[in-house]
Amino acid sequence: MAGIIGKKVGMTSVFDENRKNIPCTLIYAEPNVVTQVKTPEKDGYAALQLGFDEAKEKNTSQPMNGHFKKAKTTPKRKLKEFDFSDMSDASFNLGDTVSVEIFEVGEFVDITGLSKGKGFQGVVKRHGFRGVGGRTHGQHNRERAPGSLGPGSTPSRVYKGMRMAGQMGNERVKVQNLKVLKVIPEKNLLVVSGSVPGHKGAYVFIEK
Amino acid sequence: MEELIKLVQAEYEREDMPDFKAGDNVIVHVRIREGEKERVQQFKGVCIQRRGEGATETFTVRKISSGIGVERIFPVHSPSIEKVEVVRRGKVRRARLFYLRDKIGKKARIKELRT
Repeated sequence: MAGIIGKKVGMTSVFDENRKNIPCTLIYAEPNVVTQVKTPEKDGYAALQLGFDEAKEKNTSQPMNGHFKKAKTTPKRKLKEFDFSDMSDASFNLGDTVSVEIFEVGEFVDITGLSKGKGFQGVVKRHGFRGVGGRTHGQHNRERAPGSLGPGSTPSRVYKGMRMAGQMGNERVKVQNLKVLKVIPEKNLLVVSGSVPGHKGAYVFIEK
Repeated sequence: MEELIKLVQAEYEREDMPDFKAGDNVIVHVRIREGEKERVQQFKGVCIQRRGEGATETFTVRKISSGIGVERIFPVHSPSIEKVEVVRRGKVRRARLFYLRDKIGKKARIKELRT
């Protein structure tokens, strides 16, 4: 799965040839730099490590600075490995750049990101429970409660994986099969249909 | 980052839209595809709101069709709209005329704006 690191810009909508209004997300991805080439002989598997987003040298640790020097590039904030083996016609060396041009219009991509954090949420918001009954008929303190957690004396425990309240969001989410609507190489922009996890400016990994 | 959104939107924005706002009586000419054929349908009513900005801006038109209130939301820059005619400018005091939904007959009238 060839891929690239980008940043979510925001959402808008475009009109297609059938005059349909399609919601879409913009992703900004400066050409990623190859910071390491992993080979089966040396590392046990083939992959390219890509770097994205300029960082300051003083804010980068010395070992990492050395790593970037080896690739003859400036320090980067985000590193991520991608498997480029299905793009065998293109060979990449240390310090090469990979841009949004690896994607074509009409292609389907998977996008991974860190979803927006919602904090500690109850079962109604987190799992779509409907709460217990209504407000009236003597009930007063359990409108958004989860209800029973299961049967009693058998099994006399709560089953594993029972859906309860807890942290919602701020987790790794992958959205599959988003259509590439536009590729604008001169602005390093990618326009995909639909929504993408994360807030504006969040790092996203685009794979095809 | 904002300018990147504008850049993508710029391609879809139409310049030929007349200037109209809530309270105006408009006729929207909508292109409709029926199988192979394409024809233009008119939707006449009062614009009760405009919302959004740039390429995602929309407006709502309300009309009374055989006694039943009908509202349609159009994207301002939609290519399905052939043209928008402004029939009459209304004199209103707010940007969202949702109060019209509760009014019928004579009460639902809007004064004409005279300049």
